[in-house]
Amino acid sequence: MIGQLDLLHQAIFVLAALVVFSSFFLLSHSRLTSAIHGFAFQGMLVAAVAALMARAGGNPHLYLSALLTFTLKGLLIPWMLHRLVRRLDMEREVENIAHPVVLVLVGMALVVFSYWVALPIERMQATETRNIVAVSVAVVLLGMWMLIARRQVVAQVLGFMSMENGLFLAAVSSTQGMPLVVELGVAFDVLVAAVLFGVFFFHIKESIDSLDVDRLNRLTEGKEA
Amino acid sequence: MTALLLTVFTPALGILLLALLPGLRLSGWVNLALSAFSLGASLVMAVQVLEAGPITAHGFHVDAFNVYLLALTTFVAFTTAIFSRPYMEAVCHQGRLDKGRMRLYHASYQGFMFTMLLALSTDNLGVLWVAVEGATLTTVLLVSLYRTPSAVEAAWKYFILCGVGIALALFGTVLVYFAAQQAQVPAEAGLTWSALHPLSGRFNAVAMGLAFVFLLVGYGTKAGLVPMHFWLPDAHSEGPTPVSAVLSGLLLNVALYAVVRFKMLADNALLNTGHPHAAGYLMMGFGLVSFTVAGLSLHRQRDIKRMFSYSSIEHMGLMTFAFGVGGPLATFAALLHMLVHSLTKSAIFITVGHASHIANTQVIDHIRGLIRTQPAVGWGLLLGVAAIAGFPPFGIFTSEFLILTATMQSWPWLTTLLLVGLVVAFAGLFRHLQPMVYGSAPEGQKAVGANMIPVAVHLGLVLWLGIAIPAALAHWLDEATRLIAGSGLL
Repeated sequence: MIGQLDLLHQAIFVLAALVVFSSFFLLSHSRLTSAIHGFAFQGMLVAAVAALMARAGGNPHLYLSALLTFTLKGLLIPWMLHRLVRRLDMEREVENIAHPVVLVLVGMALVVFSYWVALPIERMQATETRNIVAVSVAVVLLGMWMLIARRQVVAQVLGFMSMENGLFLAAVSSTQGMPLVVELGVAFDVLVAAVLFGVFFFHIKESIDSLDVDRLNRLTEGKEA
Repeated sequence: MTALLLTVFTPALGILLLALLPGLRLSGWVNLALSAFSLGASLVMAVQVLEAGPITAHGFHVDAFNVYLLALTTFVAFTTAIFSRPYMEAVCHQGRLDKGRMRLYHASYQGFMFTMLLALSTDNLGVLWVAVEGATLTTVLLVSLYRTPSAVEAAWKYFILCGVGIALALFGTVLVYFAAQQAQVPAEAGLTWSALHPLSGRFNAVAMGLAFVFLLVGYGTKAGLVPMHFWLPDAHSEGPTPVSAVLSGLLLNVALYAVVRFKMLADNALLNTGHPHAAGYLMMGFGLVSFTVAGLSLHRQRDIKRMFSYSSIEHMGLMTFAFGVGGPLATFAALLHMLVHSLTKSAIFITVGHASHIANTQVIDHIRGLIRTQPAVGWGLLLGVAAIAGFPPFGIFTSEFLILTATMQSWPWLTTLLLVGLVVAFAGLFRHLQPMVYGSAPEGQKAVGANMIPVAVHLGLVLWLGIAIPAALAHWLDEATRLIAGSGLL
């Protein structure tokens, strides 16, 4: 079926595939600074998909969302994270990932699962871009898996933010973007969340002298008092 | 309309004002004044809605379902502000907080109120999501206000878990929008609830079913449903007590409100399929599990605020279950339960705040003999717990009785489970309460300056609602029931 698609749609598919690839890169990469670069790359890719979709669907307000995503997720948030990592003196920090193979294998299973979840939705959609719904579900689930599996606070934040990327992709691909007021609101929330995450890095560092969530273990059931 | 705008945007103004205001004593009063003003505006708005029917304009939509929640939110915000002013001043004098953080506290308090009022009154399902996420963002710094290692940990857990939950809810919202577009809903309707609701019968059932699963899990995380509840006891026990009161009394309600709004859409879409009650069954399942697990967890708590946060999970489970059962009786009962639970639980948290000041700890084993040391606090706690455990003549007895009756009508065999669950929860609360209230007070335990008027007002209202529901309120609740369940009760 690829043969029947024009260049624009082929480009959209390639970029969407690269988004999933960047999710895997984030998932298994242990060096903080390059993981942040990976996240910036993902943000730019998602913005590019949105821009191409805007062109394919003749939908001008998507250009605006694409621009918003590009500045926010591609430039501003990675820059903020970078600065934080530098100020916390963690540029050379390498996280010790316990079982990298299991991590990636589960990630692959999640991608298959998301194609299965997206099946009924794809059947209803007439447009060529329906495959992207599955891709976006995969990015959301991979972000969530990263939140669960990684023990490093900055990595968790990256997982959280890449979930947001997946959600944006879902909105763009299935509905040609949410109403503008909603998108602005979501972008605002993401920005505030990013700032708060930064504040929290300092608090956590101050209270447990490390950014490893395994050491956040005071509040377990039955152990208090 | 003006009254509605004033209700919602007074706290928004308050954020700016309190963030800039340096005086500690003054900002407590300003916080109180803003809450009072918002309460007044919401009461005017409530009377307008009662007289002239629902308001739908400028992206807001107020009908019978949310008007009473709006009034309740501003009311609890006001009484909690009364409690918070001297309480937080005392905390500040103990040296646990400095002036900058007090400013943060007051600004976030108003910010939290703004996001909740916006979530309740908006007509746009996307803005609803933005506001609920905003409520997480404003409270996360409140939870970590004391900056102790456990407070920071609780806040981090809260942030991450609710962030994931709310992300799933956004995915659900996208799916709803998708289903609406597939059903050729006019473009200008967008995500407007009041425009989507009459058309939701045309939505694709599969997409709406899938969307509802995501929405229930997403907003359910925020409502503290098991198994997504892990953030809730931590956040409640580590945050300042006024924050626990508003989290338990108000935020959980807002999350449940969102679920019910979406259930109304999903029910319409699923009406002509093979499983028209699928959304209700899901809610019943989650509700029952939460109710049972939380009831059992009450027994093994050692921290007084943790214990009452499990009690909140239990009650949220019961409400979710009742909304899931559906039908006029169960829906009416659930709406009433939202109201009385909020009032009682915030009164309990206020009392607990005083109790833990008296004993200087939150550990249940070290809180003893409250009724000797300070009878007002001891009695407040005793009566509050009696009310929350469902003793007649308090209002929770009425709503739980109605829920049991409704269950008896449609799912007779589940009644046993509910009754056993209620007894287990009752036992769990009273085994801890008894020594705290009556035990022998340790040497040198002294009374503290406590303002018990908010508690008395809340418990008085709950008592009133248990004996006789005022006609205006009964009318609202019945209108809301008609809206949600299709037919009224009265």
